[in-house]
Amino acid sequence: MSIATRTAREVTASTIATGRSRDKTPGSLLFLGALWFSLFFGVMVLVVLIVSTALEGASRFDSNLITEYGSILRPEETGFRAGILGTLWLMLTTAALAIPLGIAAAIYLEEFADPLTWYNRFIEVNIQNLAAVPSIVYGLLAVAALAVVGFNETGVVIGGAVALALLILPVIIITTRESLRAVPREIRFGSLALGATIWQTTWRQTLPSAVPGIATGTILGLSRAIGEAAPLLIIGIAGSVLFDPDGLVSPVTALPIQIYDLTSRSQEAFQQAASAAIIVLLAMILSLNALAIFIRNKFQKTW
Amino acid sequence: MSQTTDVSAGPPSGAGLPAAPVDLRTKARPGEAVIKVLLLMSALLSIAISFGIVAALIRPVIDFFAEVPFGDFFTTEGEFAVLPLVAGTMMVTMIALLVAVPLGLGAAMYLSEYASPRVRKWLKPTVELLAGVPSVVYGFFALAFVTPTLLQDILNVEVGFTNALAAGLVLGVMIVPTVASLAEDALRAVPLAMRQGSLAMGANRRQTTLRVVFPAALSGIAAAVVLGMSRAIGETMIVALAAGGQKNLSLDPREGMQTMTGFMAQTAGGENAVGSTSYNTLFAVGLLLFVITLVINVISISFVRRFRQVY
Repeated sequence: MSIATRTAREVTASTIATGRSRDKTPGSLLFLGALWFSLFFGVMVLVVLIVSTALEGASRFDSNLITEYGSILRPEETGFRAGILGTLWLMLTTAALAIPLGIAAAIYLEEFADPLTWYNRFIEVNIQNLAAVPSIVYGLLAVAALAVVGFNETGVVIGGAVALALLILPVIIITTRESLRAVPREIRFGSLALGATIWQTTWRQTLPSAVPGIATGTILGLSRAIGEAAPLLIIGIAGSVLFDPDGLVSPVTALPIQIYDLTSRSQEAFQQAASAAIIVLLAMILSLNALAIFIRNKFQKTW
Repeated sequence: MSQTTDVSAGPPSGAGLPAAPVDLRTKARPGEAVIKVLLLMSALLSIAISFGIVAALIRPVIDFFAEVPFGDFFTTEGEFAVLPLVAGTMMVTMIALLVAVPLGLGAAMYLSEYASPRVRKWLKPTVELLAGVPSVVYGFFALAFVTPTLLQDILNVEVGFTNALAAGLVLGVMIVPTVASLAEDALRAVPLAMRQGSLAMGANRRQTTLRVVFPAALSGIAAAVVLGMSRAIGETMIVALAAGGQKNLSLDPREGMQTMTGFMAQTAGGENAVGSTSYNTLFAVGLLLFVITLVINVISISFVRRFRQVY
């Protein structure tokens, strides 16, 4: 769409008769009410979830929660130090694996590939498909992939990170492509007209302009990875690790796994500890989401 | 992907690179050739992952079927029976869709047809926040709040400690954003002229939305529902915690029933030795799960193609 037609369209859209004057019939109001309900039902669930969990875990918001290791004998003092550190280790390793690969693949598909050839179309459909593969299947893949390179230890940092990186790779590729596509063609034309090669244009013009969008998408992908438990379960990460991870092949646990572990135990004190851990996990995820939204609103260019 | 690119308006090469008379790609720059190969390899990795998944699943599955005959797997009773798991998955998925489809479509219709751009800018991330909550948290919520408080105390439904109903309801809430976001893309892709035509004929906004925009976006909406279904089938932690840990071939959603993913989580967390037949069941069920979601995803992608081609 050229700029001229887009402007024309906006003018039309803003002056169009909206049908609002005929919206006062009972049927229409009922319909509008139903739409409002479907929007706010989710928000309501979220509020109930957070409030009920926070109330149940309220007695556990003490320093033990983040400084102590897990304890089965003294459930009222159990802590999540190993899980929190483990989650951070997993997240950083996942980011180091998935972000460069994902961005590189997106740059190829968006800037270099000819979208009409059959193999590029195949890659494209394939990525859409991978984005919808169940997360637990990525756990199975990571087990097999590590076994192929002769690595048979279960429950270590690199195993979990490979599973999570495979899981969020399609998400990173898709969001990066969208941000690259949002950079106007004129920027590329200008650069190419001055004699830059395609790679120079990509590296010095397109990519910098797309960074806010890429950052937003990547952070959202990572926040999804932190909360995942299913692939970690398959790769053999257990809840009962009582020390800090100290390397890529160190046994590790993760916050979601510890929550899963505690939830399956029936004692009340474990349930309270799980609630408190959920609030910690949600705080991590919500702050990542907030960061992503902040970057999007603050740095996103509108062309 | 929420944006459509107009391929026909652009040049055929790359993203909007001009079909310049002087082809700059022929310039000799060996370093850039290396970069291009590296980028291509990253893109090809996605294909390697797909084949990797199949290869990773096939080998243990062959081992599995060497020990266990087909008939013992695709049957309703016995240690290796998979059909009760499939039935459990279907039950939970259906309940989830009963929640997610109306709510997701309602949210999509409001965001696309009623909300002003400013309202939309705030409401959309709020709805999407629902997808950001980890599934293990939803599982805890189903187990600790929905079953005892909502179902047993408030609604007086006689349900077990774990049951398909609570798991399905919570799972439905979790996939609302998936359905809403894709359905909204489909609704917004309907040309403005169709709405104008409807309004000019004297229809109000509800009639326009339901009778003109909705049917025109039907293939995209179908894609949204199908993708939501695929998410529901593959979701693990909610069902592992709240749907139950016993195979149960039953049509009563108030009973606990294990699903395919729930079974996988239980087997992986158990004490089975790697390579044993019980452990390989994990891969057999995993392959079945992968094939089911693959078929569903392909259907969804082809629906999306259709609505993009029409307009």
